[in-house]
Amino acid sequence: MIEVLAPGSLTTVQDAGRFGWRHVGVPVAGPADWLSHALANRLVGNDDGAAALELTLTGPRLRFGAAATVAVLGATAALDGEPLPADASFRVPAGAELAVGPAGPGVRGYVAVAGGLAVPPVLGSRSTDTLAGLGPPPLAVGAILPASTVDCPLRTVRWAALPAPRARAGEPLRVVPGPHEDWFTVEALHTLCSAAYVVTPASDRVGARLSGPGLARGRPGELPVTGMVAGALQVPPDGQPILLLANHGPTGGYPIVGVLATADLPAAGQARPGDPLRFAAVSRDAAARADAELRAALAAAVIPVG
Amino acid sequence: MLGDEISLRYVGDRAVLLETDGAAAAHQVRSRLERARPDGVVESVVGAAGLLVLLDPARCDLAALRRAAATPSTTDGARPVTVHIPVDYDGADLAEVAELSGLTIEQVVARHAVPTYTVAFLGFAPGFGYLSGLDPALRVARRDSPRQRVPAGSVAIAGEYAAVYPRDTPGGWRLLGRTDVAMFDPDQDPPALLAPGTPVRFVPC
Repeated sequence: MIEVLAPGSLTTVQDAGRFGWRHVGVPVAGPADWLSHALANRLVGNDDGAAALELTLTGPRLRFGAAATVAVLGATAALDGEPLPADASFRVPAGAELAVGPAGPGVRGYVAVAGGLAVPPVLGSRSTDTLAGLGPPPLAVGAILPASTVDCPLRTVRWAALPAPRARAGEPLRVVPGPHEDWFTVEALHTLCSAAYVVTPASDRVGARLSGPGLARGRPGELPVTGMVAGALQVPPDGQPILLLANHGPTGGYPIVGVLATADLPAAGQARPGDPLRFAAVSRDAAARADAELRAALAAAVIPVG
Repeated sequence: MLGDEISLRYVGDRAVLLETDGAAAAHQVRSRLERARPDGVVESVVGAAGLLVLLDPARCDLAALRRAAATPSTTDGARPVTVHIPVDYDGADLAEVAELSGLTIEQVVARHAVPTYTVAFLGFAPGFGYLSGLDPALRVARRDSPRQRVPAGSVAIAGEYAAVYPRDTPGGWRLLGRTDVAMFDPDQDPPALLAPGTPVRFVPC
């Protein structure tokens, strides 16, 4: 078991997500950055969907009751005060204290433990749902996280195997136009793809609220309520897009000008308040290819330490 | 209700929207997919004008999906068991709704309790069903300023819909009464009392 000595600003448990209940109003939740979450799990020999911690900006301090194999991705970490090498799994002896954070270069980091966190599942998932209040609550001082003591060889991330994160490389995030392009003026998509949109502080796991040139509606009225997806750029009447992230509500009533390629969702989930985001329109096929290529690359991205 | 060809819109690289004429038709398409189980369908969400289908693109054949969505099924027209919800009509907005609709409080209660509603779709919170079938005389706008806290079990109306709040949340709907019925409990099977297509009646008590 793991004892929480300090929780960090917002640290939650996330597995792949709570699938199969959207039609009765239950959000999926799951990691805001699925790629870092999967890499952290692979570093400790877990399935991609194993339950791990997601920290936001500042990280938790944890005491391990038993020896464990652990990986931290997207944040710094120290074991009993000694800094740990980045992007690799490591052993934690029984009784040791792991201090995680701050997150960097993005806004979120992940802590995976070999065997996964064994908090009780709710509706088949161990994910904390911050919108609907399902699953384990965000970490608090004194909380106990059940964890197994699974042995696992040490591993490291081979970043060269993966495409560079586009936002950090200065490249635009890929957007598949629609499904509600007919609700906007013809200029709206062009505006979205030619200006920078800044992530505002009013952003959370539900969505990143963006600030930039307004996207104008081409018709009056209200969109009939429709199912939503992570990555959707939904546009309220004020024209400022909201980029939906992992814990978005399953339905919504604002038209969607475009949906982020799944391969670029991790970059969106890691955007910090103040970060400028740029967008480029791509076809659905191009977005699907990028997703397939990224998942294929993931298979070669975690290697034994040798 | 549906022709051979269902209009399909891409929603990013892992979902499509099958457009339908209303929520009932979207629910019918969902039932057909539940039965036919075409490859690569992860889950689906009923909306007011279509069914959002979440896909695993590596396993999904869109032509097969469209065929399954358009193929009549034995589930078409099936009527699930009606859910009866006992209501104490003592809501904070009863008088205001009466004034806005030009009815007496007794008439508001009577008109709210007459119809058999149908769950159009769910959203906003787990177990929160948007019930269609509201008497047009009771169509009132949401409150100008939402309440910080609407108690769980509140029976409410807004626009063309009626609903029951499954848990304490902020909310802007007009409150007519309350019920003790649990609308959502993750430890129960099924966790949500309502699903798209469920018939609902309110019973004054």
